[in-house]
Amino acid sequence: MTVASDSSHRRAKPPNRLFKNWMAKIASLPMILTALFVFVGGTAWTITYSFTGSRMLPKIKWVGFDQYERLWETDRWIISIKNLAVYGGCSLILTLVLGFTLAACLDRKIRFESAFRTIFLYPFALSFVVTGLVWQWILNPDFGLQSVVRGWGWESFTFNPLNDPETVMFGLLIAGLWQGTGLIMCIMLAGLRGIDEDIWKAARVDGIGTVKTYVMVIIPMMRPVFITALVLIASGIIKLYDLVVAQTGGGPGLSSEVPAKYVIEYMFRAQNLGQGFAASTMMLCSVVIILIPWAYLEFGGRKRG
Amino acid sequence: MSKIMQRLVAGTALTAASATMALAEGVKLEVTHWWTSGGEAAAVSKFAEAWNATGNTWVDGAIAGSGGTARPIIISRILGGDPMAATQLNHGRQAQELIEAGLLLDLTDVAEAGGWKDIVNPTSLLDACTLEGRIYCVPVNIHSAQWIWLSHDAYEKAGLTVPTNWHEFVASSGDLEAAGTLPLAMGQQGWQQNIAFGAITLAVAGLDAWTEVNVNKNADVARGPEYTAAFEAAAASRALAAKSNVQDWNQATNMVITGQAGAQIMGDWAQGEFAVAGAVEGEDYSCLPGLGLNAVLDTGGDAFYFPVNEDPEITAAQKELAALLISPEVQVSFNLAKGSLPVRGDIDMSAANGCMQKGLAILADGGVLPSGDISFSQDTTLQIEDLMAQFWSSDMSAADAQAAYAKLIEDAD
Amino acid sequence: MADTTTNTAQEPRGPKPKKTFSRANIFLYGMLIMVSVYYLLPLYVMIVTSLKGMPEIRMGNVFGPPMEITFEPWVKAWSEACTGINCDGLSRGFGNSVRILVPSVLMSIVIASVNGYALSNWKFKGSETFFTILIIGAFIPYQTMLYPIVIMLREIGLMGSIGGLVLVHTVFGMPILTLLFRNYFASVPEELFKAARVDGAGFWQIYFQIMIPMALPIFVVAIILQVTGIWNDFLFGVIYTKPATYPMTVQLNNIVNSVQGVKEYNVNMAATLLTGLVPLVIYFASGKLFVRGIAAGAVKG
Repeated sequence: MTVASDSSHRRAKPPNRLFKNWMAKIASLPMILTALFVFVGGTAWTITYSFTGSRMLPKIKWVGFDQYERLWETDRWIISIKNLAVYGGCSLILTLVLGFTLAACLDRKIRFESAFRTIFLYPFALSFVVTGLVWQWILNPDFGLQSVVRGWGWESFTFNPLNDPETVMFGLLIAGLWQGTGLIMCIMLAGLRGIDEDIWKAARVDGIGTVKTYVMVIIPMMRPVFITALVLIASGIIKLYDLVVAQTGGGPGLSSEVPAKYVIEYMFRAQNLGQGFAASTMMLCSVVIILIPWAYLEFGGRKRG
Repeated sequence: MSKIMQRLVAGTALTAASATMALAEGVKLEVTHWWTSGGEAAAVSKFAEAWNATGNTWVDGAIAGSGGTARPIIISRILGGDPMAATQLNHGRQAQELIEAGLLLDLTDVAEAGGWKDIVNPTSLLDACTLEGRIYCVPVNIHSAQWIWLSHDAYEKAGLTVPTNWHEFVASSGDLEAAGTLPLAMGQQGWQQNIAFGAITLAVAGLDAWTEVNVNKNADVARGPEYTAAFEAAAASRALAAKSNVQDWNQATNMVITGQAGAQIMGDWAQGEFAVAGAVEGEDYSCLPGLGLNAVLDTGGDAFYFPVNEDPEITAAQKELAALLISPEVQVSFNLAKGSLPVRGDIDMSAANGCMQKGLAILADGGVLPSGDISFSQDTTLQIEDLMAQFWSSDMSAADAQAAYAKLIEDAD
Repeated sequence: MADTTTNTAQEPRGPKPKKTFSRANIFLYGMLIMVSVYYLLPLYVMIVTSLKGMPEIRMGNVFGPPMEITFEPWVKAWSEACTGINCDGLSRGFGNSVRILVPSVLMSIVIASVNGYALSNWKFKGSETFFTILIIGAFIPYQTMLYPIVIMLREIGLMGSIGGLVLVHTVFGMPILTLLFRNYFASVPEELFKAARVDGAGFWQIYFQIMIPMALPIFVVAIILQVTGIWNDFLFGVIYTKPATYPMTVQLNNIVNSVQGVKEYNVNMAATLLTGLVPLVIYFASGKLFVRGIAAGAVKG
């Protein structure tokens, strides 16, 4: 759309392009300043200092790629990335599937819809610190779920994900999904409500089953909704930090460490800003790599429409 | 945009208002620290009471969640030009850059007037506050990490005598385990595991090797046979703690208190937990400094720094507070509440309990190690803690861990 | 079967189930109820625990109902729990949180709605670029921006004031809110906009007279998202303010994260519930509006 309108302007050859839409430009100043100074400026600042040996305070003392070399030689960083990949993959798929399934269930003219919707959505109102704490507690083997089930007579029942390095990321996932799916469900539900009733009629006439209609017809129609959902989920996954700190503290050992935690701990606990900035630059790079195709799809798609 | 301007004006007005308020009722000093638990808060309130008694006001800026949470907040505020009047920081190398940037107040005149050079014991504490001959912080207490805490309950239940040193503990651990008791409680966090490793190293590899690695950063010694033995001992301890699945250190301490576990290696702050539980030293639990082998302790601890302030009145008050924190009465009351050792040797600590008395005796004999806070940068410390977290929670071999450790020592700063 | 409360904009569009107790329906409700248990369990645990005394917590299981109901943990969490040496619980932070919340929500929504309006109706060269930058900004972990922002706030003299904090919340709320408003305003029929232009209406006239009156649902969503986000914020609140203006979450952190001594789970839970009350109430009160707003803002992406 941008390109289209710009080219039409060019054809019209306005006498002074800078003053075209001048009020819109002035009104957008806060956004422009934020984008330029905070996001671009702050990011450039971070990247610049990732090439320095800054410790507690930012200082220009160039060290080339030393911080990056050290970063990629650090076991903890590698473990963090693997953990985030496991968590992120599962979280992305499960949140979308669960969110969509719940929305589809709620969209089937059921009773108590608004009660169910509120139940699924309320965890989103709580902070991650709270979520982590509560789930840490429910998953505690000594007085949580495990001990209760054992108390029912199933003595060998073992469910202790938070203390098992193999499964701790799934313990986090249980809490993460609990908090995050409600919003996605809401978005999906809104998307389903936007779909024309005639589609269902047509599907019924053609004798297509309900599930098949969802998969073959409805989901492709909801592409923009899925994209919005994807952006929201993905930005949450990359920033995953508070939940880990509150629920596992990165333990046992390093088995639930995540990149954002690495960044923060090396910046502030280790007081090695250079190392933290290098790690956050790597995170930023991965975000940009993920987002460029999205931006292309999003804006490319709208141009045609 | 006008909104921002309005806020700007409102903000300035607010600051001006609070400045005039300060004039009216003595000087308000905002003090940030991360002492928020029962015993810690009781200790801080000793400071606050003493300060309020001088007619000034202590504005408490507690931030829970240990130094990891509090430190970025403290540093941001100092950097942002809106500093608190005083703040806790572990002494040592943490504050060096802030001092170099001219952000922290020079306390040398206060120190000279108070004769700190003569009263602070061990002198290494004051060295940690000193940069190029100037003094920038007030040490307020000493904490040491090389302690093992033993549950009498657990040993009596298993029909064993309570060990009096690390070797006896290791020897008895098989029987303890056979009796269904976890021999060693260990919180699954890197810093706790690092404390345990440090204490075991000191006991197994000996004082000389420990000093060579931790103070002189000699990587060859870290690769040497003494450290091989230490890593093997740590690997053996890892097996003893294998069934310990708690995270927080105080949960691990609680396992010792309740007799679920035989022992825990933890710093002297653990005795606060025993005290809260009403356990009596010598009857319910034993504490062995230096794991009962080497009567040496490190002298980590806390110190207060005073960010530079343009207001001369506040600067004067900061210096007054600095002198107060190290004064004899405040040192006694604070450290009794905190369960830590005082930074001056010339005061009466007879009210202290058995474990503290052991620590005091070792200090008096000069059995003092430099703390990791002083010899390693935070960066190196965190890397070592990460390695320990990995080592204790996986089946990483002792040899691999030693090689990785030696590499860290080689690159240490 | 008909849900009488649904209005036309809200009406479920799925196929109508045939019978109330068809097998598919039993499966449907069974699944919804099972999932509801998963969602409600933590809330139940929080409430139950907050009503128990410490001895009962130490021996009992987390799911058991309290044998003896006590409101003491609530009282303690609100007005007695100690942070350092201030023993006035969460009450001190409540007023501060409100003082931070109101201007932050207002300012961020005003700016984001104007942004969204300009982005969808008054595109100019580079406007999409700035928008893309904002969206990428939504992915940056806040913590890595702490120092640059400290420096910026210092330079404009807002460090440590509530004004500075409001600015920070406005900046970090901007990406998602702008996205929502932009999508919403883009869905407004273009004819409407063009007709107003022909009548000679300018940028602000169209914004105030046409766009805002139509944008109620999206304002509701924005308010809910911002209230939740800002109310639950800990990091910015603790760094860009000082003890006198600490928000409630800082007190909550202090109560919950005291590492030493006995963990008072009941007080922690009560404190948690008290802190979460404001966003929770807003959610419970606005459930339907929220979905409608989301439908308007997020779906037309």
